[in-house]
Amino acid sequence: MTEIATSKVNFRDIDNILKSFDYNKSYLIAMLQKVQEVYRYLPEEAMTYIGEHVDGLSPATVYGVATFYAQFSLEPKGKYEIKVCDGTACHVRGSMPVLNAIRNKLNLKEGQTTCEGGLFSLEIVSCLGACGLAPVCVINDKVYPQMTSDAISTILDTLMKEEGVA
Amino acid sequence: MTLNINIFDEQKKAQEHIKEQGLRVLVCAGTGCVANGSLKVIEKFRELGANVSTLTDYDKMTIVPTGCHGFCEQGVLVIIPDKHVTYVKVHAEDVEEIFESHVRNNQPVERLLYKDPKTGEAVHKNDDINFYAKQTRTALKNCGKINAESIEEAISVRGYEALAKVIEENNPDGVIDTITKSGLRGRGGGGFPTGMKWKFTAANRGGKSYVVCNGDEGDPGAFMDRSVMEGDPHKLLEGMAIAGFAIGADEAYIYVRAEYPLAIKRLRKAIADAEEKNFLGKNIMGSDFSFTIHIKEGAGAFVCGEETALIASIEGERGMPRPKPPFPANKGLFGRPTLINNVETLANVPLIILNGAEWFSSMGCETSKGTKTFALTGEVNNTGLIEVPMGTTLRQIIFDIGGGIRGGKKFKAVQIGGPSGGCLTEEHLDISMDYDSLIKAGAMVGSGGLVVMAEDTCMVEVARFFMNFTKNESCGKCVPCREGTKNMLKILEKIVAGKGEMEDLDRLEQLALTVKDGSLCGLGKTAPNPVLSTLKYFKDEYIAHIRDHKCPAGVCTAMKKISIDPEKCKGCTKCARTCPVGAIEGTVKNPHKIDQSKCIKCEACLNACPFKAISKE
Repeated sequence: MTEIATSKVNFRDIDNILKSFDYNKSYLIAMLQKVQEVYRYLPEEAMTYIGEHVDGLSPATVYGVATFYAQFSLEPKGKYEIKVCDGTACHVRGSMPVLNAIRNKLNLKEGQTTCEGGLFSLEIVSCLGACGLAPVCVINDKVYPQMTSDAISTILDTLMKEEGVA
Repeated sequence: MTLNINIFDEQKKAQEHIKEQGLRVLVCAGTGCVANGSLKVIEKFRELGANVSTLTDYDKMTIVPTGCHGFCEQGVLVIIPDKHVTYVKVHAEDVEEIFESHVRNNQPVERLLYKDPKTGEAVHKNDDINFYAKQTRTALKNCGKINAESIEEAISVRGYEALAKVIEENNPDGVIDTITKSGLRGRGGGGFPTGMKWKFTAANRGGKSYVVCNGDEGDPGAFMDRSVMEGDPHKLLEGMAIAGFAIGADEAYIYVRAEYPLAIKRLRKAIADAEEKNFLGKNIMGSDFSFTIHIKEGAGAFVCGEETALIASIEGERGMPRPKPPFPANKGLFGRPTLINNVETLANVPLIILNGAEWFSSMGCETSKGTKTFALTGEVNNTGLIEVPMGTTLRQIIFDIGGGIRGGKKFKAVQIGGPSGGCLTEEHLDISMDYDSLIKAGAMVGSGGLVVMAEDTCMVEVARFFMNFTKNESCGKCVPCREGTKNMLKILEKIVAGKGEMEDLDRLEQLALTVKDGSLCGLGKTAPNPVLSTLKYFKDEYIAHIRDHKCPAGVCTAMKKISIDPEKCKGCTKCARTCPVGAIEGTVKNPHKIDQSKCIKCEACLNACPFKAISKE
């Protein structure tokens, strides 16, 4: 488990987020996005807190919204969030071999999204709008164009070296 | 209404400001080119241009980071308008050469020019590149020509002139008339007449109402809205303000996908700049008209492209559609009358106001007026974003603008309109690309994603791919959509795995019709389209999978066998070293063999073999 995952949720931070949106329930999605920015996932305590402190919401509605949208994760994401685009253009130009290469490299089993140690997490997204460069991967907002299984392996190797795990 | 700003003075000032920039070097800073390293190119140019004494013919050089040029394939694109040149695939290392040779000594750098794939000749001017020459760029006109983060540059190309005009003339019904006469139809997919939508919402003038811009471009393979938001955000804001003025709204929301961080950033900056100039906000240009625009980020749900789901999402709820009526025009966001238009639709509005309804309706064909942007991707030589008059044929788009199929492969089909659309085949190459002709052919314009497929694409797998997408994105409200897509996917997976039965084809068709009939929103109503259209045009491929256990395109792994020809194998061991699962055995200088029980059919060996001894069947 990563360090952050075990640390306690700071309710004062959460409250500051709610305050910045005026405790307005129509900004629930934006609130959750801010919380996820801080913790890299949505801790249960944070969701409950929002449900209890924003007028018109309940923990159940917050949970309902959190589970509806693909962007939200109820489990900690990795320090490096890898997104493999599997939009039509990327799919046709071979995003699956790239995905498999990442799975192999990170030793991810079927259904597992975050690798041992919490350094990397993997997610399949549909279309990042960079179809001209298909297939693409995004690692923490950096877009890597025209990926192949070799190219992504090299990129992961470099990151692992930087982190001192390879 | 009298205005306290003269927009033409502002325009002159802005144009002066651009003249003062000296030699303008346009570097694409759209998502695609940034991924290819355009920020480094910009940095390097700025470094070199900073030393003014080294510039020979100019007293200044200004590097302009622009929005997307559309020709993403050839990125990073560098255009120097004064020198009539477009450079393609520019890297930071090439910048010095361009600077020394072309900027200082007027010698174009031949090796960085675009080469026509047919003739091999170098092309200097942007407009001479086939990809651009055959387009009519209106909505995308400024994308790639101006600094998207500068309001001055937008003003210099007539930005906010149309807004000033409509406020000054103060005839909201006249604006709606103009839009109606222009024949503009919704560019987001449905093709509903825009003027009519405005009229319905305007009928509720008097109380609070909203304008909502749908920037939730969810169709995989489409990125025109992203390009407009990133490349010419002020045009969108101006279109929204004009819509607000026409229908009597003072507040608006832009709903943007969270997958488009750059678009969100540029829109935020554009809104702040426009408010500072008083082109947005309270009492715009000194008039009675006030208009505030907010941005709401999506969180990754395809169904939010549907207007009632989008409204729910802006309100902070699960993005689930609701039955219509009531239509948003009567009861939309926060229960108030709401006008929802797509990005591209709104971007066309200022142009229609400036150039007139006749100008717009002179382009296009009988029932579909104006131009349409298409995202041309997949197995085509020139991938990118294009804009052509409605009614252009598929052949012109794929072979003239797109430069034909990659690697000399044979054209098989085009998937149009994303997961809601269908495929068009060889027999449709000369079909007119407009709303009605495409519906007749069993497809739809949709948002305009065109994914070109060649002979080695398996259409059954494509149908499975889309069904997997809609199954994941179904919100779960309507049972036929939730359960139907799941079961259709199961059947398709079975066929792709080589375990299909002939009865499955009937089952698929029956389920498809149930899902279509029993779903509330566009997602469910159109989800079976890819299956129905592949069943119609490529039934033989389905049958080959089921009866002969063969994938004609050689894609489906379950039916694929990769083997090494012992005659051709020289025993170089390269394949064995490449194989990720250790399925290849053999010793040096002796023919190798693939253990079929271990092989995962990834084809890594096939690409690695220097002697072409490995083949698949």
